[in-house]
Amino acid sequence: MLPSFTVEGLAESVRSGNVTAVEVAEAVIARIDARDPTLHSFLTRAGDALLDQARAVDDKRARGIPLGPLAGVPVALKDALSTRGLRTTCGSNILEHYLPPYDATVVTRLREADALLPGKTNMDEFAMGSSTEHGAFGPARNPWDRARSPGGSSGGSAVAVAARMTPAALGSDTGGSIRQPAALTGIVGLKPTYGRVSRYGLVAFASSLDQIGPFATNVRDAARVLSVIAGHDPRDATSRDEPLRDYAAACGASVRGLKIGVPDEYFSSGLDPEVEASVRDAIGRLVADGCVVKKLALPHTAYAVASYYVIATAEASSNLARFDGVRYGLRVDAARLGEMYGRTRDAGFGAEVKRRILLGTFVLSAGYYDAYYLKAQKVRTLIAKDFDAAFAEVDAIVSPTSPTPAFLLGEKTGDPLAMYLNDVYTLPASLAGIVGLSVPVAATKSGLPVGFQISTPHFREDLALTIGAAVEATSPATGAEPKVG
Amino acid sequence: MLPWRPMAERPKIDRARVEHVARLASLSLDAPEVDAMVAELGRILEYVEKLGEVDTDDVPPMTGLSAGTTLRPDEVQPGLSQAEALGQAPRPSSGGFAVPRFLDAPKTGR
Repeated sequence: MLPSFTVEGLAESVRSGNVTAVEVAEAVIARIDARDPTLHSFLTRAGDALLDQARAVDDKRARGIPLGPLAGVPVALKDALSTRGLRTTCGSNILEHYLPPYDATVVTRLREADALLPGKTNMDEFAMGSSTEHGAFGPARNPWDRARSPGGSSGGSAVAVAARMTPAALGSDTGGSIRQPAALTGIVGLKPTYGRVSRYGLVAFASSLDQIGPFATNVRDAARVLSVIAGHDPRDATSRDEPLRDYAAACGASVRGLKIGVPDEYFSSGLDPEVEASVRDAIGRLVADGCVVKKLALPHTAYAVASYYVIATAEASSNLARFDGVRYGLRVDAARLGEMYGRTRDAGFGAEVKRRILLGTFVLSAGYYDAYYLKAQKVRTLIAKDFDAAFAEVDAIVSPTSPTPAFLLGEKTGDPLAMYLNDVYTLPASLAGIVGLSVPVAATKSGLPVGFQISTPHFREDLALTIGAAVEATSPATGAEPKVG
Repeated sequence: MLPWRPMAERPKIDRARVEHVARLASLSLDAPEVDAMVAELGRILEYVEKLGEVDTDDVPPMTGLSAGTTLRPDEVQPGLSQAEALGQAPRPSSGGFAVPRFLDAPKTGR
């Protein structure tokens, strides 16, 4: 019999010998077999490698070798993370058969922590999307309502955790791709500070924004996974040599006296009334716990979507130039080199990726660079300064994670701009590189989860976790699980 | 002072411009794709013009979030073997990556 299906519960049980890692692996395989056919959260499963990893953990324990902090704990991986010898598609036809020759640094760290890696999860192609509908291999479905999207782009990781196929997963967040799917599926998702976690081996989308982070069913578990993946990596020059904090201890710290900022701009038109009510209730509970609430202004919020879509597409157009049919991935043969590039990329990329490559190429092209790209980077400076000014007054900023609960599959795919505008509350923190944590706070009348976003200054993941754990402790959504199987 | 505007007038997004940008991006789009992109890029760029409302005189562009970037020592480390580096190539050839012709044979006797 398995203990509670959490990172903490499984780690303690495997360590104490109440359960073997092989039993955990077998349970995960059975759960994925039973639940994933209707949810499609996994693109590639580890197969026998999962049982091999589990046997290695059990063997280590039998021989008295100290176990890693995630020994026997399953952690699913977004398919943007390179896994040596395990197919890594990034949700794209251009990488359909790609087997990376190396592991991403976060994967290496999970292996060293004795975690089990059950497989690679569904996503929007190259992480470009907010619904997990833009992948080449079919959408993932929200376990709370299979007609709805789980959000994206890390939707597969969110679904795998929400449906309790794995207690934790990694995603990547460029403009909200961890926080928004966590909110829409009723779990915890953390985007750490830009530079907190190495991006080495993450297939690049927008290099000044991409950051890897954990999904879990509770705040403490997310903290445990963060402790393993965070830290400087010589292989990523943008990862920072900033000391780690005690993230597990932070989950038990008091919020009394903390100053919480509530920005007017995040409670404006377009916000679903049920989402607003749930978020305001959660703020009220923080006040009851001794937090001091302060209204504040983040005046450049309205420009975040425009700034983001110029910067992210510009960086993407450059990053995706590497997919040219020469060194790896799909190739469509042609008589001339230029023609081979064009045909390979036309066949390999989906519509949303092409749209963003074209937009990014346009804003960087001769005559338009200053007007679009440089302008967007200047506005980005102002957005970051808004946060600097706010954090001089408050310890954290709280808001909804997403303006609406989960939307229907297909609802926004015909209107790219409507899809982009759905990210309005998560993009500013990405542009500023600060911490963003989403915690479930309620369900709507129709039973859809609502997420609460906590933003804290650079390298203050601990503070976000402290507040997140306090929100969780009083949240009516805590412990809620979708019906699965 | 007049507010900053992105362009004297919005650049017209038409088929010719989409085809030009697609060439820059090495994308061979078919006719229906070009038509779709004309409409979608036009709408997105119209939205992006919103940036023009912000006064950014004397504001430096964000150039990086990693003030404390630390480069690793420039020392030789083990990397991929030649076999590993070629292992995923669609057309490996003689220890390298084969590509189609990209230069014309020189004309003789000019």
